[in-house]
Amino acid sequence: MAALEEEFTLSSIVLSAGPEGLLGVEQSDETDQFLVTDSGRTVILYKVSDHKPLGSWSVKQGQIITCPAVCNFQTREYIVVHDNKVLRIWNNEDVNLDKVFKATLSAEVYRILSVQGTEPLVLFKEGAVRGLEALLADPQQKIETVISDEEVIIWTKFFIVFRHPVLIFITEKHGNYFAYVQMFNSRILTKYTLLLGQDENSVIESFTASVDRKFISVMSLSSDGCIYETLIPIRPTDPEKNQSLVRSLLLKAVVSGNTQNGVALTALDQDHVAVLGSPLAASKECLSVWNIKFQTLQTSKELPQGTSGQLWYYGENLFMLHGKSLTVIPYKCEVSSLAGALGKLKHGQDPGTHVMPRFVNWETPQGCGLGFQNSEQSRRILRRRKIEVSLQPEVPPSKQLLSTIMEDSEKHIEVEVRKFLALKRTPDFHTVIGDTVTGLLERCKAEPSFYPRNCLMQLIQTHALSYSLCPDLMEIALIKKDVQLLQLCLQQFPDVPESVTCACLKIFLSIGDDSLQETDVSMESVFDCSNSVHDEKMEEQTEILQNGFNPEEDKCNNCDQELNKKPQDETKESTSCPVVPKRAALLNAILHSAYSETFLLPHLKDIPAQHITLFLKYLYFLYLKCSENATMTLPGIHSPTLNQIMDWICLLLDANVTVVVMMPEAKRLLINLYKLVKSQISVYSELNKIEVSFRELQKLNQEKNNRGLYSIEVLELF
Amino acid sequence: RSTSGAEPESARARGAGAERGERREGESAAAGIRCVAYNNQSNRLAVSRTDGTVEVYNLSANYFQEKFFPGHESRATEALCWAEGQRLFSAGLNGEIMEYDLQALNIKYAVDAFGGPIWSMAASPSGSQLLVGCEDGSVKLFQITPDKIQFERNFDRQKSRILSLSWHPSGTHIAAGSIDYISVFDVKSGSAVHKMIVDRQYMGVSKRKCIVWGVAFLSDGTVISVDSAGKVQFWDSATGTLVKSHLIANADVQSIAVAEQEDSFVVGTAEGTVFHFQLVPVTSNSSEKQWVRTKPFQHHTHDVRTVAHSPTALISGGTDTHLVIRPLMEKVEVKNYDAALRKITFPHRRLISCSKKRQLLLFQFAHHLELWRLGSTVATGKNGDTLPLSKNADHLLHLKTKGPENIICSCISPCGSWIAYSTVSRFFLYRLNYEHDNISLKRVSKMPPFLRSALQILFSEDSTKLFVASNQGALHIVQLSGGSFKHLHAFQPQSGTVEAMCLLAVSSDGNWLAASGTSAGVHVYNVKQLKLHCTVPAYNFPVTAMAIAPNTNNLVIAHSDQQVFEYSIPDKQYTDWSRTVQKQGFHHLWLQRDTPITHISFHPKRPMHILLHDAYMFCIIDKSLPLPNDKTLLYNPFPPTNESDVVRRRTAHAFKISKIYKPLLFMDLLDERTLVAVERPLDDIIAQLPPPIKKKKFGT
Repeated sequence: MAALEEEFTLSSIVLSAGPEGLLGVEQSDETDQFLVTDSGRTVILYKVSDHKPLGSWSVKQGQIITCPAVCNFQTREYIVVHDNKVLRIWNNEDVNLDKVFKATLSAEVYRILSVQGTEPLVLFKEGAVRGLEALLADPQQKIETVISDEEVIIWTKFFIVFRHPVLIFITEKHGNYFAYVQMFNSRILTKYTLLLGQDENSVIESFTASVDRKFISVMSLSSDGCIYETLIPIRPTDPEKNQSLVRSLLLKAVVSGNTQNGVALTALDQDHVAVLGSPLAASKECLSVWNIKFQTLQTSKELPQGTSGQLWYYGENLFMLHGKSLTVIPYKCEVSSLAGALGKLKHGQDPGTHVMPRFVNWETPQGCGLGFQNSEQSRRILRRRKIEVSLQPEVPPSKQLLSTIMEDSEKHIEVEVRKFLALKRTPDFHTVIGDTVTGLLERCKAEPSFYPRNCLMQLIQTHALSYSLCPDLMEIALIKKDVQLLQLCLQQFPDVPESVTCACLKIFLSIGDDSLQETDVSMESVFDCSNSVHDEKMEEQTEILQNGFNPEEDKCNNCDQELNKKPQDETKESTSCPVVPKRAALLNAILHSAYSETFLLPHLKDIPAQHITLFLKYLYFLYLKCSENATMTLPGIHSPTLNQIMDWICLLLDANVTVVVMMPEAKRLLINLYKLVKSQISVYSELNKIEVSFRELQKLNQEKNNRGLYSIEVLELF
Repeated sequence: RSTSGAEPESARARGAGAERGERREGESAAAGIRCVAYNNQSNRLAVSRTDGTVEVYNLSANYFQEKFFPGHESRATEALCWAEGQRLFSAGLNGEIMEYDLQALNIKYAVDAFGGPIWSMAASPSGSQLLVGCEDGSVKLFQITPDKIQFERNFDRQKSRILSLSWHPSGTHIAAGSIDYISVFDVKSGSAVHKMIVDRQYMGVSKRKCIVWGVAFLSDGTVISVDSAGKVQFWDSATGTLVKSHLIANADVQSIAVAEQEDSFVVGTAEGTVFHFQLVPVTSNSSEKQWVRTKPFQHHTHDVRTVAHSPTALISGGTDTHLVIRPLMEKVEVKNYDAALRKITFPHRRLISCSKKRQLLLFQFAHHLELWRLGSTVATGKNGDTLPLSKNADHLLHLKTKGPENIICSCISPCGSWIAYSTVSRFFLYRLNYEHDNISLKRVSKMPPFLRSALQILFSEDSTKLFVASNQGALHIVQLSGGSFKHLHAFQPQSGTVEAMCLLAVSSDGNWLAASGTSAGVHVYNVKQLKLHCTVPAYNFPVTAMAIAPNTNNLVIAHSDQQVFEYSIPDKQYTDWSRTVQKQGFHHLWLQRDTPITHISFHPKRPMHILLHDAYMFCIIDKSLPLPNDKTLLYNPFPPTNESDVVRRRTAHAFKISKIYKPLLFMDLLDERTLVAVERPLDDIIAQLPPPIKKKKFGT
């Protein structure tokens, strides 16, 4: 649940914030430290947890900072631009900004953008972009003009997508908005026209963006108080063409349309946005957190002293100018996992298998960690010495695989997947596997004929997947009635929902024996029960399984009479497996799967009655097999345990008791089960009696051993 | 049957009828443990029992019970403590504080505290002051002077008896547990600074009283209390507030002991459970620590009246008479036998003597002696048979002591016509006359004044001489003839030493007398010439048993570290066999036994055999056979006779051990073919104890 915590003010010094507020708040290389650039001449480094500034730098009187200071994470230096063209680079040890490295550029800088794991970028007001290194190599280099006249950059953001930097900036010209996406791996600049839809005259007040694997989602807060979302594809289909993008309404009327102060919007995570502005009714400004998925207001906080209409979000802190001072509001969104709260997770783990983390957050670009490694390798760049090293682009095998999936034939994909799996596991192995499966499944959906079964099986066996990562996988397998794949999924996935388990069960029970014959189901959980020699033995053993209780002696006369009518049938019924071995293997996979009764029961009610009976018969058969040996286990490597069998019998009966009771063919089964329970009860009562007798015997035995007070014994010593 | 020509020992009698204290006497068996006090300096443990007996165990010497001070009916020790280094004090319900002389093994002095029964006592951290808590609610401070204790002053009198006391490690404050409250005193002013009321509530039911059985004052000012409501509570002595409370038992928590480092403490409950509390970090690698109940131990069936905390072990004792030493595994560096749990139940000295000639057994109890005649049989049988008795064992005599003192030692002469025993203040010698089935008993009066108290009594083989080790360190030889006696000689201890002799052994020819004290070596005297013959080289561990072999006059000595030496008295040197044994070393399992050898005897016809026993086995050492090394099986059951000679010889080694009879209190050879063993089944001891607190084992 998202929550705003108690706010606190950062500065004791009043910032010289102009009417436009601050220039910016940027992250520093330390997680807890932030660079605040005011609209005058000063840059202050704050440590948030200590609520105090660590350092402050100012440019000379007469100069003015035009672009917020950022941190170059690779070199741990700070960069600021003053008077539009003068670049200053310094670090913590420097005191005076006049004496630090200076580079005068040939064009006016709009903003310097820096994120962890890559070199900073310089975005010029004319729309050109340069890497910092390249720029510093020749500061006076010619900067081209990208955007047209009168077009003004109003917002920009820099992402890392799949370890590649992506820059987006939005321009405005006469009420029209354009988005430019610059891919740095391909050096492609794509221009999009943002269509405002019906509401043509609204002005966009604030932008924010988040990125997932395929799209940059640009959210904009319009002057009508609504939040719109525009999805910009990361990989442009046709970079040459000027494309148009339509925005869609995400949230309606989160702020009043006619505020005098600015409004601001920032994305907190995938589902949450923070909005600064006055809500419709109230006149005072508010910071509110909205869940865009459920369109609910999660929390809000009044800011009576007014804001500058600016909002920054880093780490877990929201920064804003409240009144005259910089205010920090920590924001937390506790992750609550439904799976943790409900349901049974599989605990059994084969001792030999390598335990891999089951859940990977695919959305966080794994590049962060990797990029950092890169930067470590790529030395500390000391700007003063002007050493330049270029980053070598590489094409990872995973990339290749992903592209293969999209186009190539099933055979080829299989070869590629095998190749990839044979490679050493890289840290982004999980990401790639996830992407591969998603890619494959997407293609499956698109092309009904495409079903790369072997590939999927291989990928499942990497242990890197779970149901929640690729729910489509089982869905497709269910449609295709691919029992082998389903069995594998049930065995490998820890988090199969009960509804899907039940759907699998339905298929496993209903699939014809003929089609089963063709499949190649893993049989390791099934023991050999087709031995007819055993049958005769078992006839005697049926009595043993009753723990010495003869059913004939039972008081249940009615059922006995009926039973006695067909004693032979009964024996046969109880001793031969009611299902073919392959089906047994599939059902065993169901027995092994994790479930929560509450969620499973409703789904079990949907299974047809004759299938229920069949399953019950099979379970009863397993129980009989179990009770044949002393340890109450089934032979075989991965056979179901007695507890699983009993639990499922109970579950099935619970779910379908009315149906089963009404079915004539299930009657004998029910009688058997009833007798079984009854005999168990009497066995336990007998055991209690025996225990008492044994205790008496023990006492007698002790007395016998007691040699009395005095005795003479013969003892041979020599 | 055996080709070696050995004839089977047959007809072994076993009497188990008359061990310490029987029901019909209305006297409880082995007395329960009341207090334990651990001395870190000497690694010794003092244990007091409910009958007033005080025992001192040397934990370094394989937990051997080195010294003991006999009990006294009117002296119930309630508190025991070490002070001034290694001085041992006790206080009890008779209102007296006593100091024990650990050299001469007697009570140095007793001082009345004049406060009624004393319930608690604590020595100051410096060891120079002694504090006692009395029935009348007074806390009295005594100064320990070099040879006595001196009353200094009273603290503020409290309403009710002071049951527990604890000093703050700095010595400035004390905590005193009383009924329903704990007081904190300032030592300088003697006034109560705080009074902390203990909740009487017990599982929601208000009990009449809540008795604070134990308190412990930690250096950070925390007072830990244990009380009759089953609580362990932590108090802040500065503010007098309750900090934390642990409810650990449904019955009383009766004792507490804190480790010197104050990082762990132990409490004992009336349910027989011992709980270990440790100061552990709240989270790993955080500096904040808290007390956590870590381990429960259930080694006792009855109340754990007292606990002690040595640096490496938790020590507990209680009504069930067991002394349990439970090592803390995390503190044990080497995984040797010291890391094993010790349960000491039986005294490490001999309480039974036998008259071989008349086949009599004399049993020594706290306040009486019993004389039994062994039964007989005419039947024969094979190995393992129990023969029908033609005559059962007879209880011939029941000799009650006069006065409240416990018997220290007793002995019956080999001929059966003399019985001698001693208490702390009196020595008794009786002459027995046997006329068919009747026995007449005549006390030899007019004992000389030097024969006031004896630590050990021994008759010579021919019953003509009586050897008495007195507690002044002297050894007296008394000539017995007819009904009279004559003092022959007294071997005075070497000048300067006052160490008491606790063990005596005489050679069968009567020429040699060996005497051993608690720590110095074994002295061998020539009885004919009445002079010191030699001194066996001193050994680090105390002697637990010794005997002189007939014919060869070799002295066999068993030490508490389970070493056995053989020393030739005529040659004044260790025998070759003993040297071989020392060179090769004993089997590791032999050295790992945890009860000392308490008796050694010899077979008159088999000079190569030594018969010895501890509480759990008896062993015949055959010196003619090769010694076992660590690879051979030590506990080699007696090889079956039907095995071939070769096999027998190959598997045979010098140690033949049998564990048929246990716990074994006494075993001796009566004649060439008869062995007598006295067993003391644990069940019998437990049966004589008051019933323990019933605990439900399963559910409700």
